[in-house]
This record gives sequence, structure tokens and C-alpha cells, in this order.
Amino acid sequence: MRLFAPRKTKLVDADVLIIGGGFGGCGATYESRFWGRNLKIVLVETANIERSGAVAHGLSAINCYMGMQWNENRPEDHVRYARNDLMGLVREDLGFDIARHVDSTVHKFEEWGLPIMKNPKTGRYLREGRWQIMIHGESYKPIIAEAARKSASEVYNRIMVTHLLMDKTRPNRVAGAVGFSVRDGNFYVFRAKAVIVAAGGASHIYKPRSIGEGLGRTWYAPWSSASAYGLLIPIGVKMTQMENKIVLARFKDGYGPVGAWFLLLKARATNAYGEDYEAARFDEIKALVGAYAEKQPLPTCLRNHAMIEEIKAGKGPIDMQTQEVLDTREKEEIGWEDFLDMTVGQAVVWASQNIDPKERPSELITSEPYVMGSHATCSGAWASGPEDCAPADYQWGYNRMMSVEGLFGAGDAIGGRAHKFSSGSFTEGRIAGKSAVRYVVDMAKHPPQVDEGQIEELRDTVFRPLET
Amino acid sequence: MPTFVYMTRCDGCGQCVDICPSDIMHIDRTYRRAYNIEPNFCWECYSCVKACPQQAIDVRGYADFAPLGHKVRVLRDEKMGTVSWKIRYRDGRVKEFTFPIRTTPWDSIRAPSAYEPPDASALTSAMLAHEPSALNVESLPMLPPFKTK
Repeated sequence: MRLFAPRKTKLVDADVLIIGGGFGGCGATYESRFWGRNLKIVLVETANIERSGAVAHGLSAINCYMGMQWNENRPEDHVRYARNDLMGLVREDLGFDIARHVDSTVHKFEEWGLPIMKNPKTGRYLREGRWQIMIHGESYKPIIAEAARKSASEVYNRIMVTHLLMDKTRPNRVAGAVGFSVRDGNFYVFRAKAVIVAAGGASHIYKPRSIGEGLGRTWYAPWSSASAYGLLIPIGVKMTQMENKIVLARFKDGYGPVGAWFLLLKARATNAYGEDYEAARFDEIKALVGAYAEKQPLPTCLRNHAMIEEIKAGKGPIDMQTQEVLDTREKEEIGWEDFLDMTVGQAVVWASQNIDPKERPSELITSEPYVMGSHATCSGAWASGPEDCAPADYQWGYNRMMSVEGLFGAGDAIGGRAHKFSSGSFTEGRIAGKSAVRYVVDMAKHPPQVDEGQIEELRDTVFRPLET
Repeated sequence: MPTFVYMTRCDGCGQCVDICPSDIMHIDRTYRRAYNIEPNFCWECYSCVKACPQQAIDVRGYADFAPLGHKVRVLRDEKMGTVSWKIRYRDGRVKEFTFPIRTTPWDSIRAPSAYEPPDASALTSAMLAHEPSALNVESLPMLPPFKTK
């Protein structure tokens, strides 16, 4: 008997279908329910929403929070910051839109039970950097998943969505999606009036740093198989900046993040001779990119450039001088929790190599490249912008609708807007969720029709590898 | 760092299979015990380690760069709202940390449908759920209408 031979086809009807149960998808689910009280809202996830997506691990900081209530930043400040970091290649309308809403998202997270660290002197959220706040985020994802579970009509875990369905009555309109259960092999057909793609970006496009057992070990989740783009490109969705890959400076082998070390603990990164290589390369970078070399913070790609050039010049390894800053138990806890909350593997590397960050530095290195749209890159679909601040040719209907009608997106799926991170992806999901409800209400008299032939064709495609 | 299972402790309950985001924790059909089917696709996220009721799952560093003899153990207590870590270095040094994970009881989040339904006209506004009050500022920042040159 063939594998999955007794498989069945299951039909699911939905008003709003959300593909991907990470932060974008959970935000979309929550907001869809708030505005669409009587709608059937269905969330589909390849894994289990309790621990899925890029925050499955947990997180130690929320990297996008304005602090408007304390006049810390205005949304336009964040637009300037993201524009500098991406050297001009951003959609300012989408950026402004997320930045003005993100504070309400974070305040909800705190109300739901996410422990956010406080500055004991001011009582405000403890800032890691200008945009980042520190959290005890081991259970960040389960907390957000609880909110999504309480919002969805149905949650389908362990269903891998493979293709989008198109409406047979109206060209260029989405009508649902198909996929298969990774547990029993059943084929799933989701018919929906609006679809929100909140799937993940792409790991493993390039060969990872490790070549042995650690081959699959990557900075971004190894299960991020580019569904955010693989679902969209085949149906002709207009994309943007797909050539822009993200490379990050991380602790070598363990992929421990550097943000808290640089920004909060104020640790230095040096070359093998203890020199500040970034500052030493200022003139060289300025000759290359002009005024961007003077921006604070220096754009991510230029910091990476300095590190790569330094290593090429034989002055590596690059070290994070952790021992210079861990002078109190409190700081040591912050340093360790930074990894234990979101990159436990770095603690494993330290324990196995007898590295105590209080005593000696740790090596930094650039990661392999990834394609994504929620961290410091802008890959993804070209989306319609917000009505009040997008130029006319940047909007053709509903906020966050792609170039296909009824198809919305959030997180890695929407391009042109970097520096969303967890809170921004959830916020973008909320924006898409509200828009999708509005679309469903407006189109109530014109539901999409699914072509049986298209379903059959896609079922053949999905199971063909098992039939040969 | 790939996970591995202590077969004498595992009772084959399948909690790890249910939670693993990478879908690599499976139950061996002969021995009825969990095992990691694809160690190089493990994100070392510890989701299965935390979910295991028997503490039967452990993690070791990838052989490429992590010599054996270390341990990073975790106990996640939802009722207490804490996660506790014990890190044993290869040379025997031990570090212990406990951090909070949640400030409210589990299952206490108020569903969006439990709030008063928004006015139908608000569907076309720029406002999201709970705004502007949840922003903790007077109003949602807006820009003047866009003018092309």
C-alpha cells in the first residue's frame, strides 16, 4: 500500500482564512474576530500554534515599540530609522502605519500576561535600545497563541498549505487554499472569501555555516520553508525586493543574538587585536556609501560589511568583549536570559566549550543569508498602503491587500517594510485582519466560486511525489 | 543542538510529537519511545524538552563544535509562572537561573468577542481594536492627506 493511500479530501469553508499561526497570523486572527463577530475565521498552521513560527523559542526583547505615551518616539521617527537602516529602500507608508499602531499591540500583550521588564527609576518599560524593550519572553508565543485560539472559529494545526485557489467567476481574485495534513495525509481544501497569508520566510536557501551535524542549524527557524513567497509567486502576486537577502552578525555556532549585548550591556566588538574595527573603517565606508556612513545607528549591511572586510584582511576573529560588561549579578542574568529565552543553543555552546562570558570574550560571525520581510530586510509582496498616508499609486483598495483581490498579508509575506519584528508582525496581522473583514463585508453579495478542476489538478500536484 | 531521548524515562506519550515546530520528534513504531528523526533540522528551541512530563528529553551540542560533557536542563512551571535553568559546564561549573514567564493565570485572556462590538461605521476608520484607548495617548497619529508634486 502506498504511503497515505487511504487519504480523504476534507472541505473547510471560511469567511476569513489565515495561513500561518506565527505572530502575523495570530494578530490577524485576533483582529478579524474583533471586527467580524459573526464571521467564520479559520487559522491554519503547519506546526502547532502553541510553539510555531519564528518565536517558537521565545524572545528576550520586543524590538518595535514607540513609547508614545512617554514621548519617547513618534511613528515618523521609526520610519526615519528603518529608512536609514535599509539605505532608503523602504515603504514609508507601511512603516508609519505599523509604528502608529504597535504601542496598542504591546500594551495588550502586557495585559494578557507577558512580563515586560520595568526601569526601576522611571517605572517605564526597560529600554534595551531606542526601539527595543526587554521582556521575560520564554512564553511569549504560548501567550499570543492563547489569544488567537480564543479568536478563531477553528484552528487547524499540522496542515501544510501548499497552494492558493483562484476564483472561477472573477479573474485575479483568491478563493481559498489547499494543503495536506502532515499527520494523516488527508487533502484539505479551504474555501474562503478572503485569505491572509502570514506564512514564514526562507531558511536554507544558502548553505549554512556548519557543514557537519549542525548543517540544518540556522539563525532563522529551520522550518521556515518560504511559504510566504511560495504561495504567492505561482499565482502572479507582485513582489518586491526579493533580491535583498538578510545576513546577521551573531555569536558563532550558537547564533546568539547581539542586540542586548551591544545596546543594553554596552559591550564592544573588536578585531583580534582588541581594536574597534568599525570606527577604523569609517572613511572607507564613507567613500563607498556617502552620508549613510554617518547615520546612527550605522545601517546593518554596513556593519556586516566592516566585519567581513576585517576578517578578509586577516584581522579576525571578531570578538564580543562580554567580560568587560558583566560586572554585576543582575547584568550576568540579563546576558544569560537573553539566550535562554530565545537561543538556548548559545548557552549549550558556552557550557560545552567552557566559556564563561564573565571571563572571556565570544566570537562573532556573519550568518548565512535568508529571505524574509519582518527583520532587517524588506522581501515580500507589494501591498496596498493605508488610505490616509499612502500615495495614490501605492493603494488600490484595502490596506495590506496584495495585487490579487481578496488576498492579504502580514509579517514575512509583506515586503517593503523592515523592522517589524514580533510586535510589528502582530500589528500588521491586525491591520490585514481588519481589512479582510471589511473586504468580506463589502463583497458579501459576490462570494468567490472554486473550480473543481483546479482542486483536482492541485491534488495531483501535491501527491505526485508519492505516486511515482 | 539536537535533542535526544532517555529511553528509560520516555513513556511514549507523544507530547513532544505534538509540540515540535520542526515535526522531527516521532514515536519509534517498534519501541514506542520518542526519538529525533532528523537531528540536523532541530532548532534547539527546547519546546519538546519543556513539554515532556517525564523530563525524558535532553539536548547535546552539535558534534561539529560542541564537545560532550555539558548539560543545559530546564523546568518550566506554568502554575508558578517560572522557568528555571541549570547549566552544567563541561568542566563541572554550574550556573542556575529562574525567570518569570507570565504575570496572569493561564487561559485568562479575554477573547475579542467578549468586548462590546464596535460601531459598524468604525470598520472604515484607521483605528484597530481597543484604539485609541490602548495606545495610552489621546489619538491615533494621522498624516495630512498625501499630496503629489
